[in-house]
Amino acid sequence: MTQAECKVVKASEINPRFKYEISKMHGAEKLMRCFQCGTCTSDCPIARYSESYRPRQIIRMAQLGLEDRILDSDTLWLCASCFTCTDRCPQDVEVASVIRVLRNLAAERGHIPQVFREQFSSILESGYAYKIPELRVKRRELLGLPPLPKGNSESIRKTLRGLKPEKFFENNGGY
Amino acid sequence: MSKGRYLIFLGCAIPYRVSAFEVSARKVLAKLGVELVEMPEFNCCGLPLDPVSHEAMLVLAARNLALAEQKGLDIITLCPGCAGTLKKVNRMLKEDGALRHSINQRLKEVGLEFKGTIEAKHLMQVLIEDIGLERVKDSVIKPLTALSVAEHNGCHILRPKEFIGFDDPEDPKTLKTLIEATGARCLDYLEETECCGAPSVGVNDKIALQLARNKLNHVKAVKAEAMITICPFCHIMYDTNELRIEKMFNETYGIPILHYPQLLGLAMGFQPEELGFSELRVDASRILDKTKGGK
Ligand code: SF4
Ligand code: SF4
Repeated sequence: MTQAECKVVKASEINPRFKYEISKMHGAEKLMRCFQCGTCTSDCPIARYSESYRPRQIIRMAQLGLEDRILDSDTLWLCASCFTCTDRCPQDVEVASVIRVLRNLAAERGHIPQVFREQFSSILESGYAYKIPELRVKRRELLGLPPLPKGNSESIRKTLRGLKPEKFFENNGGY
Repeated sequence: MSKGRYLIFLGCAIPYRVSAFEVSARKVLAKLGVELVEMPEFNCCGLPLDPVSHEAMLVLAARNLALAEQKGLDIITLCPGCAGTLKKVNRMLKEDGALRHSINQRLKEVGLEFKGTIEAKHLMQVLIEDIGLERVKDSVIKPLTALSVAEHNGCHILRPKEFIGFDDPEDPKTLKTLIEATGARCLDYLEETECCGAPSVGVNDKIALQLARNKLNHVKAVKAEAMITICPFCHIMYDTNELRIEKMFNETYGIPILHYPQLLGLAMGFQPEELGFSELRVDASRILDKTKGGK
C-alpha cells in the first residue's frame, strides 16, 4: 500500500468486527495489545528494502478493520516470516503469526501467489514441495547418497481433504 | 530415547539442490557414532503451506511426527525450517488436547495417530546437546587454525524463541562455539542475525538479493575467508546468488559459502571430495589449500 492509497479511510470500508474475528484465530490472539510503537517495522528486514511493506501499518489496519485493503493487497505476501518482530514486540504481539492469519484469509479470497500453488501441487504429487530433477536423483547416487523416501500421494490427499481454502485443496492448488 | 539413532528428515530443499549439506552431514555424524535411519515415507514438513493454510501445515507436520513415532525414533533435520515446524507442531499438539484430537481425526483416516512420544531436533542442536561439544572437539584431528570465517545462523534456527529456544536469537553462540571447535576463528561482524532474504525469492527477488548483498558486504568488511551456514535456503541464497549479486550491484566478494559439516569434516580429516565441495558454486580452493598444510 502506498501512502496515497492509505490517506483517506472511509467508514464504509471498515469492518468493525474484523479485529474480534481474527483475535480468535491461533497466533492473532494478542492483536489488540499493539500500541503502535513501531519496533516491528524498524527491525523488519523487508521494510528496510521495501517502499511499501510496514508490519506496524498492517497491524493498525487490522485493528481498524480495513479488511479489504489488507486482504486484497499484494504487500501482505512480502513478509519473510523471519519472526524478528514476534521476538521483539514489547507487547508480545505475535506479529508474524498475525500476518500469517491475514494471509490465510486472503488465500480464502483466492489471492495466492503462484509459488504456493506450484509447491502445493508438487506436494500432492510427490510429497516434496519441489519437483526433484532426474539429474539430481542421479547425482545423489554418484555422491553415494541413499535413495529418497517416497511420498504417498493418495494418503496426503486424504488427510488434507475439505480444508480451507476449499477450492485450493480441491483443485490441487488451483482456484 | 536413544541418543545415537535418529530418523533423518531431509525436507525438500536438500534433495532438490543442496546435496553437499547432506553428504557432509552424513559423514560427520557417522564419525561421531550417530546412526541415521531413513524416513519410511516422506511428505514436506508443511511450512511452505502455512501462509495459505495453517491447518494444512499442522496436518503435514503431524503426519511426519506420527510416522516417526511408529519407528520409535527422534527426528534429526538438516533444515532449520523443518526443525522449527516439527518442533512447534509437536509442542502445540502435545499441549493442546482439542487441537490434537482434531488433527488426529484426519490422521486416523490413513491409519496414523499423533501420540507425542518423540522429539525433533536440528543437526546443530543434536551436536551441542546430544553429542556434546567435548566429543565434537575430540573428533578434530586437523585443527583449521589458519582459517578465519564468519557464521550465518539464519532465522528459523533461532526464532521464534518461544518454540526453538536452545540459543539466544539476539546473540547466538552455538554455531560460533561449534566453528571454534574446528580450530577456525569465528569473526564478529555487523548484523549477524539478519535474515538472508530467501523467503522473498519468487515474491520480490530484488528485496531478497539486497538483503543477501548487505550480509556479504558485512562479512567481507571483516575479511572473513568463508561464510558458514547451517540452512539449505541460506546456503542457496548466498552460494547460488553470489555471482549474480556481484554483477547486479557491481561488488566483488569471492567468499566461499560452506555448510557447517563441511568445515567440521575437513577438521576431522575428510577429503574435500568426500564432503561435496565440488557441489559449491563459489570456488573454495583458496581455503582448501590453506587447510591442507596440517596433514
Ligand atoms: S512491535 Fe508490537 S506493539 Fe510495537 S507496533 Fe509492532 S506489533 Fe505493535
Ligand atoms: S516476520 Fe515478516 S514482518 Fe516480521 S520482521 Fe520478519 S519479514 Fe518483517
